[in-house]
Amino acid sequence: MNNNANSVVVENLAKRFGDFTAVDRISLETRKGEIFGFLGPNGAGKSTTIRMLCGLLQPTSGRAIVAGYDVAREPERVRQNIGYVSQKFSLYNDLRVIENLHFFAGLYTVPLDVLGQRIEWALEMAGLSDRPAAITGELPGGWKQRLALGCAVMHRPPVLFLDEPTSGVDPISRRKFWDLIHHMAAEGVTVFVTTHYMEEAEYCNRLALIYRGRMVALGTPSELKQRHMKGELLLVEAEPLGAALEALESAPGVLDAAVFGSALHVVVESAAASAPALRQLLDARGLRVGKVEPIRPSLEDVFVSLTTRFDSGGQGRAA
Amino acid sequence: MSLHRLLAVARKEVIQILRDPRSLAIVILMPVIQMFLFGYGINLDLKHTPTYIFDREGSPQSRELVSRFRSSAYFNVARQVDNYADLITALDAGRCKLAIVIPPDFSVQLRNGGAATVQALVDATNDNTGSLVLGYTESIVAGYSGEVRLEWLRRQGQLRAAPPVSVATRTWYNEDLESQAFIIPGIVAIVMAVVGAFLTSLTVAREWERGSMEQLISTPVSSLEVMLGKLLPYFVIGFFDTAVCTGMAILWFGVPFRGSLLTLFAGSAMFLTVVMSQGFFISVVAKSQLAASQVALISTFLPAFLLSGFLFSIEQMPQVIQAFTHIIPARYYVTLMKAVFLKGTPVSYLYTELAALAAFAAVLVLIATRAFQKQL
Amino acid sequence: MTTSSNAAIEVRGLVKKFPGVTAVDRLTFDVRPGEIFGLVGPDGAGKTTTLRILAGVMPPDAGSACVAELDVLRDPEAVKHHISYMPQRFGLYEDLTVEENIRFYADLFGVHRREREERAARLLAASGMGEFRARLAGKLSGGMKQKLGLTCALIHTPRVILLDEPTTGVDPVSRRDFWRILYSLLAEGVTILTSTAYLDEAERCHRVGLLHEGRLLACDTPAQLKVRLPAETVVGIITSNPRAARDAVQGMEGVRGALLAGDRIHLAVDDGPQRIPQLRARLESAGVPFEEIRLVRPTLEDLFVAMVEGKVPAAV
Repeated sequence: MNNNANSVVVENLAKRFGDFTAVDRISLETRKGEIFGFLGPNGAGKSTTIRMLCGLLQPTSGRAIVAGYDVAREPERVRQNIGYVSQKFSLYNDLRVIENLHFFAGLYTVPLDVLGQRIEWALEMAGLSDRPAAITGELPGGWKQRLALGCAVMHRPPVLFLDEPTSGVDPISRRKFWDLIHHMAAEGVTVFVTTHYMEEAEYCNRLALIYRGRMVALGTPSELKQRHMKGELLLVEAEPLGAALEALESAPGVLDAAVFGSALHVVVESAAASAPALRQLLDARGLRVGKVEPIRPSLEDVFVSLTTRFDSGGQGRAA
Repeated sequence: MSLHRLLAVARKEVIQILRDPRSLAIVILMPVIQMFLFGYGINLDLKHTPTYIFDREGSPQSRELVSRFRSSAYFNVARQVDNYADLITALDAGRCKLAIVIPPDFSVQLRNGGAATVQALVDATNDNTGSLVLGYTESIVAGYSGEVRLEWLRRQGQLRAAPPVSVATRTWYNEDLESQAFIIPGIVAIVMAVVGAFLTSLTVAREWERGSMEQLISTPVSSLEVMLGKLLPYFVIGFFDTAVCTGMAILWFGVPFRGSLLTLFAGSAMFLTVVMSQGFFISVVAKSQLAASQVALISTFLPAFLLSGFLFSIEQMPQVIQAFTHIIPARYYVTLMKAVFLKGTPVSYLYTELAALAAFAAVLVLIATRAFQKQL
Repeated sequence: MTTSSNAAIEVRGLVKKFPGVTAVDRLTFDVRPGEIFGLVGPDGAGKTTTLRILAGVMPPDAGSACVAELDVLRDPEAVKHHISYMPQRFGLYEDLTVEENIRFYADLFGVHRREREERAARLLAASGMGEFRARLAGKLSGGMKQKLGLTCALIHTPRVILLDEPTTGVDPVSRRDFWRILYSLLAEGVTILTSTAYLDEAERCHRVGLLHEGRLLACDTPAQLKVRLPAETVVGIITSNPRAARDAVQGMEGVRGALLAGDRIHLAVDDGPQRIPQLRARLESAGVPFEEIRLVRPTLEDLFVAMVEGKVPAAV
């Protein structure tokens, strides 16, 4: 039962609520020590999937093995072997740091002989060794987040679930947090992250893009940007911007165009072919043209490209 | 002040009320249910007191006395027993509240012109009722006794004997002494106090809780427009409820209505303004619907119930409390309601009450408006 | 306060304190007419508080603010006729339909029926919500709710729009629609002040103010801001084993720091072009597989971190 103890295996997992399909046959496998990201907008089915993987919700069909246990048949075992950090930290704001740690250690039944040791370790990881008596509610966001992480791992679970872990947190704290996560991954913990924030997804080793309950892409961030982006991305500086946008939207070879700050991001079939052609077009209209150069697509560009294709191939515009 | 904006707020409030089935149920059912509960639940009459009788003689005279008890609406002669033990057991067990024992020589004593004693045992664990029951008993016995004496006097030849002193009673305003008649107008007042405050107590707190207040105060709408706009639909509902309660009082409970409808509605309008402003103020200050509704219920119901004079007569209260009742708006409204229902008093006698209600309304509207500031 | 300048929004020395924390600490900046200005910073930086003060919904403790050339402190109600405020928490009434919500806000701003219908039709079409007029607001998706909120905010013709984190949690497609609407507003001469915790979203703004703990670290166009970080100092290595890569190059001369991402690492170096061949050699000899090694453009987030850590001076 435990030879895959540090991995998560999901086979055609699905969840239906009445006639609404929240999760539509998702399959994936994570390796030990991998940081795996679940990326998608709110309402796409990420939280439902996570709840199933945590043993909190029964799947409608398919199966999932987490930390070596079947989520449908042994949800209790699953819960004992995972750590979970939720978006709103689920810490008790009126308790002191040390009291929160004791509380969660109790919930996860950390054995008494290692309790003191684990608490110290968690305090150190969170950087709160000098302030165990601080009131949790008075800590700034970044500290709370690291404390929440500490509370979730005192029982040394092989799998860790993070739900929107760094939303709203300042960039420095976010970087420190991810340093910790990388440490844990190096020690063999499998980390499962859900986020709607595309930039955060870059921290993951591999990503699954979830949209409308389906997994629409799977791969490393670079793979996704290379393979799943239909077309290439050009940065176009032109003035006036509104007129330039209008001109380019209907130009041949242009798949999509949008304003981005004081320039345009234009998706074209071929950057090499389109760059000079578009410049000519804009010149001909009497617009002042600055840079026209290829840029790398971001994960957001990939996501928009994938989901627009999904929608037009599938059910059409969403509500 | 823009009527346009005020109506926009009112319109939104109406849509929200109509779309919330729970609110609607409260608005329509709560007054009706409360009227039933209090109307039937509070009954001060002592009718049908369970009574056991031990007639130790069984003579025509004793049976005559027993029949007086039987035919009285105040007593319900449940059983006649033939021994003391049963009587005592029944009293102890609560099967009867009153036990009458007629002595074995009752008729003999009467015939001889002596005095016959009838024993009455009363269960007085219920304080008031004990003495009332005894009172009723005494009056029945005294009535019988008087007649016996008259009969005896006539047999002696005093054909024109009559009882020396009699009391000619006429009860004004509530001829049947039906306690319902004097309680129910008061109940209408209580119900309106509670419903009125409750309805409005949620409205502002709800906006705070949902987070929509922040955007609302960033628009040009003024706090007065918001307040009046929100209160307008509730005022209409409150009036509707008052009409329903009044209708129930007259048509269902049969309380007489002798006064002017105009006075009733004028007084009700002012009282509604008072309680609604109170509810609104609570809503502004409490910021959470739960807290607001609890405070609203307690601060309207308790004073109205205990101190308005609807059930417990103000004149019987200690002086200090009596003075205190002057600042309870429900007191004036209850007085007005009873006057309009039962006395048919012309409005000129009710100027004090109307003026007091108007003053309260003005003060509370002012307090509520001041409290509702367009600020976080 | 004088309104001699033509700034759409003028903030001078704004201060707001709450028990135990100074949310806004002597904030001073301008927003020019017709631009999209982004107030950028993490939670607790003071964005929401600043917006609330500018919307006239919360009074400051000190300082002054002028919006649309009107003094917010002296006459907040006058200002409200010319602005729209979309707070982070919805002002939408979930039990009212899209149509009823729009009508409510139109009435509050005194927009006449014909104008309201024309504008509503246009705005709803632009957000792809034309068919949802009769739907209850509570039944809309997150992205649609935001677009409805924006529609309600634009139903009158404000001169300044204040948006508090309008695209948080919204799906990327709706986010694009949202920004498209914002950009189209500029043609009408509207000024937009928006706040966001996402540094990458800040790139969409014309100018950006980086906020940290109530203070402004920097205020300029994204391009100008990034120039403050020397461009040749971040090297990106795409590799399937970022940890091994980091271990291999740690301690090398000229390597100042490493940031691990999922399938790459970013190294802060002193001179990119010089170090790249050295890094390549080291990785090869250590047997660490890598796909690419090149100079990477620093992002606003890099700048933010550098400023907070004091490595780059804050300059407003």
